[in-house]
Amino acid sequence: MSGADPVVTGMGVLAPTGLGRDEHWTNTLDGASAIGPVTRFDADRYPSRLAGEVPRFVPEEHLSSRLLPQTDHMTRMALVASDWALADAGVDPAALPEYGVGVVTAASAGGFEFGHRELENLWGRGPEYVSAYQSFAWFYAVNTGQISIRHGLRGPAGVLVTEQAGGLDALGQARRDLRRGQRMVLAGAVDGSPCPWGWVAQLSTARMSRRTDPTRAYRPFDPEADGYVPGEGGALLVLEREDAARARGALDDGRWYGRITGYASTFDPPPDSGRRANLLRAARAALDDAGLRPGDISVVFADAAGTRAEDAVEAEALRSLFGPYGVPVTAPKTMTGRLSSGGPALDVATALLALRDGVIPPTVNVARPLPDHTLDLVTSPRRGPLSTALILARGHGGFNSALVVAGPGGPPSDPTQP
Amino acid sequence: MTQLTTDRLLAILHECAGEGDPLEPTDQPEELDFAVLGYDSLALLETLSRLKREFGIDTEEDEFAAVRTPAELTTLVNRLLARSPSA
Repeated sequence: MSGADPVVTGMGVLAPTGLGRDEHWTNTLDGASAIGPVTRFDADRYPSRLAGEVPRFVPEEHLSSRLLPQTDHMTRMALVASDWALADAGVDPAALPEYGVGVVTAASAGGFEFGHRELENLWGRGPEYVSAYQSFAWFYAVNTGQISIRHGLRGPAGVLVTEQAGGLDALGQARRDLRRGQRMVLAGAVDGSPCPWGWVAQLSTARMSRRTDPTRAYRPFDPEADGYVPGEGGALLVLEREDAARARGALDDGRWYGRITGYASTFDPPPDSGRRANLLRAARAALDDAGLRPGDISVVFADAAGTRAEDAVEAEALRSLFGPYGVPVTAPKTMTGRLSSGGPALDVATALLALRDGVIPPTVNVARPLPDHTLDLVTSPRRGPLSTALILARGHGGFNSALVVAGPGGPPSDPTQP
Repeated sequence: MTQLTTDRLLAILHECAGEGDPLEPTDQPEELDFAVLGYDSLALLETLSRLKREFGIDTEEDEFAAVRTPAELTTLVNRLLARSPSA
């Protein structure tokens, strides 16, 4: 199936762990957690006060003054990620056919910080003080639209809104577009709503950690796990049909990252139904889609929800699929917090870098994973040949998605497979 | 009574919608279409909202529909100011 699998030829990363791919990857391998007190607004009076914020992002350094009045913080980061992804892929969109490049992003809340400010204007000063740009700056699809306009990408465009799972669902949708004949899609998610409105929306789920020690607040699979820390950022990837990438020479220099070889999504039954969660089915279906067996997977990037109940569901899914301690599992998002839809997209970028360099990045702050989980949790960088990674993501409200990536060398070959 | 000048209008446009597109040295921006300057309908909407607040003019947006250039907009705003009861 490799000919039908999109290749990843570029990535743009803005994460709490770093501005740009290399800084993010270096800090991730160092286990340098970026979780700290919230600085983008005064969180002192909220029960949760820690976040993973993207450091040293100065939008004026990257974007024209025309874009600043009309963009939310997360849109500004997404636009910069799109610049970096295209540059990394060596793509000049103007040189491609007008309708040749699509854009698919995911979002969880839209431009909430922008919307928060304009709602404050509305109730504090009156409707005439609300920015005309509020008409679209808050919107879920705004990143896709702004990226499309910025680079003149007029191929199929879309947005997926499935909370965290959206980061994988956007890549899955891009893969469908490529299989329908599209040559290139810029896809992924950069997300985050670091404002009181976004904060209380997440607090309402009762899944955010209330701890104030950054080293103890977000510890998935730990006996003391009691919630997650939110964050901002994410990654955008340039996905191409392999023949199109080959034709433009993008696969000649060995700088491309790998392939997306499997993807699946499922939805959970109602919480009161007594039926089981469907994360396992998503993971299994993604492996089937990739034509792989569990033993072919080199590493799992866990969803790592950070609540005991959700951790138990994921651990059980991994045990069912791989057996106890059956596969290395990691959650580098312990360094960034959960970035809404941006998190799983960042995990895919990180997984591709792990495959490239043959090293599994660590899970931090989890000294002793709960033995009941029977997970081989990677807590310091682990070197070795890696061919394939499974990335899992769950979105609040019942979304489960799983995605399989393989490095440029491809998954282990097995002639007996269909 | 405060009057709007084209320089002030161009500054407001800049504050509301960012810098316009690059111009030729010989261009007089106040005489160019907003579209040529690079300001779209939302940029104008945002600017009109600001003018209403700053100059206290109260009018229907229809009156602005025919306005094409900063000079025309400046003229319209000043005409509205002249006829407003508070002026």
